[in-house]
Amino acid sequence: MRKEIQLPLTKEQAKTLKAGDMCFATGVLYTARDAAHKRMYDSLLNGEEIPISLEETALYYLGPTPAREGNVIGSAGPTTASRMDKYTPLLLGKGVSAVIGKGKRNEEVHRAIKEHGAVYFAAIGGAGALLSKCIKKAEVIAYDDLGTEAIRRLEVEQLPVVVIIDTMGNDYYEMVEKE
Amino acid sequence: MIREIDVKLLTEEISKLCIQATHFLSQDMVDAFQKAYEKERKPLAKEILSQLQENLSIAGEDMIPICQDTGMAVIFMEVGQDVHFVGGDLYEAINKGVAKGYTEGYLRKSVVEDPLLRVNTKDNTPAVIHYSVVPGDQVKITLAPKGFGSENMSKVYMLKPADGKEGVVNSILDAISAAGPNACPPLVIGAGLGGDFELAAKMAKHALTLPVEYHSPKEHIAEIEREVFEKANQLNIGPAGLGGDTTVLAVHIESFPTHIAGMPLAVNMCCHVNRHASVVI
Ligand code: SF4
Repeated sequence: MRKEIQLPLTKEQAKTLKAGDMCFATGVLYTARDAAHKRMYDSLLNGEEIPISLEETALYYLGPTPAREGNVIGSAGPTTASRMDKYTPLLLGKGVSAVIGKGKRNEEVHRAIKEHGAVYFAAIGGAGALLSKCIKKAEVIAYDDLGTEAIRRLEVEQLPVVVIIDTMGNDYYEMVEKE
Repeated sequence: MIREIDVKLLTEEISKLCIQATHFLSQDMVDAFQKAYEKERKPLAKEILSQLQENLSIAGEDMIPICQDTGMAVIFMEVGQDVHFVGGDLYEAINKGVAKGYTEGYLRKSVVEDPLLRVNTKDNTPAVIHYSVVPGDQVKITLAPKGFGSENMSKVYMLKPADGKEGVVNSILDAISAAGPNACPPLVIGAGLGGDFELAAKMAKHALTLPVEYHSPKEHIAEIEREVFEKANQLNIGPAGLGGDTTVLAVHIESFPTHIAGMPLAVNMCCHVNRHASVVI
């Protein structure tokens, strides 16, 4: 099914999404990939503050190319989500309601998604030029020293994403494999 | 006759290749997308293929890299044996070209200085460079920016001679299944068969630079390429891993003589953003 969704995604809205739904997302999300995940994770374990609130937050696993003059951002597609598997259950436990990447997740992530009523979406890998057109505003807000891996606040319009793991723990990749 | 080539020329050419390869795919790849689009039967898969085609046009028209992972620069240098490089250090000149291309071309700097310490080198150097010496007085440079979503799903199998053709086919298919949606399908598969451990891997990487329609001149190897192509496209992984008839766009196998006791097979995965550009100097 095709659906319009708002980011940040409320846990209420998350429940209405089913594995395989094609969604067009509008609103605010934050980029974080390997290095930013590790830093947030280490800080949380040490009881330190982290630079963004995770309550009903959407994270996009993205490290963009630099923007040319006049552009909001450079190429901006998803990176492989499984590298974030180690960190994801903790972040979901702290309130993250939506994560966007590409590729399969491990058992622990499946379990945490179900437990916390979150959603894992995939964006199309390797379509960074196209996806960049959906990004209307981008601003580095933390971990500036990480370069492309810094945390950016993005405002997006009609970003196409597919529900891979829904709040019930159904996995669309697995459903396709069984087809 | 020895021909002198100033290494500064290489710096310039390599910097241009970095920008070209990350914004434009070769025509055979563009054609392969169109062919796959026409053959694809699943509506969602067709839609994704058309978005990938649109992505390619936007990349070229607006000069936004096709993918945000603009890769680690892999460079094949085929150096004529009658060439003498002058004007500086060759290795430095090559890396200067990469730094220039990745900086001036607004490309992502994705290289870390040490595998464990992981501090970004900030200019995407160093490149991975493979040299070969060939007859003549020219230099052919092929630059292939390699993304790691797909690189991470690559594999080396030390097969036994008794595994035969079937072992080769099944191993490549296993690698494709394991890669699934992670490697950004539809994929291009580069395989290296024979040689030894590292030559197999190097052949696999080089195989990714071959034209889509090219097939091994050895008929029994070309047959494996066709068989893997057919069977992989029945795996229903599909574009973006969401199902469909288009799991691979091309399969290339390079081969080399090997030892009586072994049959190394390397499978280098490449996403649909199979980038490479060449220049002859
Ligand atoms: S695997 Fe290829 S298409 Fe996917 S993110 Fe990496 S470079 Fe881009």
